Amino acid sequence: MTRSSGELDGLLRELAPQVLAAVVRHHGGFDECEDAVQEALLAASQQWPRNGVPDNPRAWLITVASRRRTETWRSDTARRRREEAFRPEAAPVPDTDDTLTLLVLCCHPSLTRASQVALTLRAVGGLTTAEIARAYLVPEATIAQRISRAKARIRGVAFAASPDAVGAVLQVLYLIFNEGYTAGSGEALHRVELTAEAIRLARLLRRTLPEDGEVAGLLALMLLTDARRPARTLADGSLVPLEEQDRTRWDTVMIAEGTSLITTTLARAPIGPYQLQAVIAAVHAEAGRAQDTDWAQILALYDLLASLTPGPMVTLNRAVAVAMVHGPSAGLAELDGVDLGGHHRVDAVRAHLLERAGDLDAARAAYRLAARGTSSLPERHYLESRARRL
Amino acid sequence: MKFLVLIYDNPASREVFLSLPAERRAAGLAAYRALDEELDATGEKIVSSPLAYPEHTVQVRVADGATMTTDGPFAEVKEQLAGFYLLECDSQQRAVEIAAKVPEASFGVVEVRPLMDLSAFEG
Repeated sequence: MTRSSGELDGLLRELAPQVLAAVVRHHGGFDECEDAVQEALLAASQQWPRNGVPDNPRAWLITVASRRRTETWRSDTARRRREEAFRPEAAPVPDTDDTLTLLVLCCHPSLTRASQVALTLRAVGGLTTAEIARAYLVPEATIAQRISRAKARIRGVAFAASPDAVGAVLQVLYLIFNEGYTAGSGEALHRVELTAEAIRLARLLRRTLPEDGEVAGLLALMLLTDARRPARTLADGSLVPLEEQDRTRWDTVMIAEGTSLITTTLARAPIGPYQLQAVIAAVHAEAGRAQDTDWAQILALYDLLASLTPGPMVTLNRAVAVAMVHGPSAGLAELDGVDLGGHHRVDAVRAHLLERAGDLDAARAAYRLAARGTSSLPERHYLESRARRL
Repeated sequence: MKFLVLIYDNPASREVFLSLPAERRAAGLAAYRALDEELDATGEKIVSSPLAYPEHTVQVRVADGATMTTDGPFAEVKEQLAGFYLLECDSQQRAVEIAAKVPEASFGVVEVRPLMDLSAFEG
């Protein structure tokens, strides 16, 4: 079998986390296993173009990496004069995909968010430390240190794919997605596509957990959100709110995939918060014009979301839906109960609703208050421009 | 979220520190080592450093294309920048918690400043 070098790279990148997971599971020692897998990948990239891709490329890689890992183990052990005590065997090639166990390990609760993200992108995403450093605008040495300390911390922890562990993985993937989605256009220029990477990882996870409604829900949510990206900023980087976006610029292929995914998922899986957010995004996506949006349905979905995962952000978004269905003063009344510790989003939503209610002086003051409250430069510019045009 | 923790001291507080018995000074340095170790382990520290004494400051101004320099800090500044931590953490609350562990928080001034954020959600 012959393949182009692009196809080969893609295949190796897809197999790398599965091979790493299998070798780590059998031998332990994340660092050493990663080195062994890198050597196996290098061997494959040299031998396969010449000799053809083996029938079971994954098994080939696991065997080679496992052998390398064992050789390192032997030489380390020899140095410690314990060589003859133990004869390690090669890792058995499992039938199952170990990507999930690797993801769960990378998102272990003993790690900080920043470390979970860096380790996931490195070990499962296969990004280099340089790429991760550029994506997060920190020095490469910081990322290298973060990854090595994270590996040291999870050394020896048990694999357990509990629902909580899967929940942590979903949170990390969503965090990676949002980092890419909300990046300013200027700074995004030289960054790897974190949204694309998050979507790729979500697809990978969905392959191992095809029945999980929330995994499908998160993937659908990412697709339906990312579809709006071409319309969310102008050429100068300024933000365009949802109701003013040029909807002809939305990515119809992504919308179709996201909508179909969430529709089939809802029919068979227990409902969850990612699925609900995906449905809300799908309802927005099906409206050709902002004024065609089915706000009554969105409000009903927020009611459900508020009962499932109550929280200030849900209350805030629900208040917008209430205003669209029952009028701005009803929405403003909902805001009175929101406590986000003086968060600027509350002031921004209040400003929008006051503007709709025609109380322009109060709206202007609320926009200015919100502008002062945000540390985000594009949001500040946007809120100040709203205040100015009243 | 990224935060810059700015650590200020002044000539009086430096005098106080230098006049402390050796073991008290060592305790201050040990507090820094412990903080650095903690932040390396959690991955929250991007970079940190103490600064050389303020008299090594060079002020730079450019006028009409010519660069002019003046030695030393602004004379009227009471609190002088003595060091910094650039952090990446989950919340401002966490950044404040870290800042409180800086020894100068007990006798100088420690500030937490969020970095300008260029990301944003639409509308």
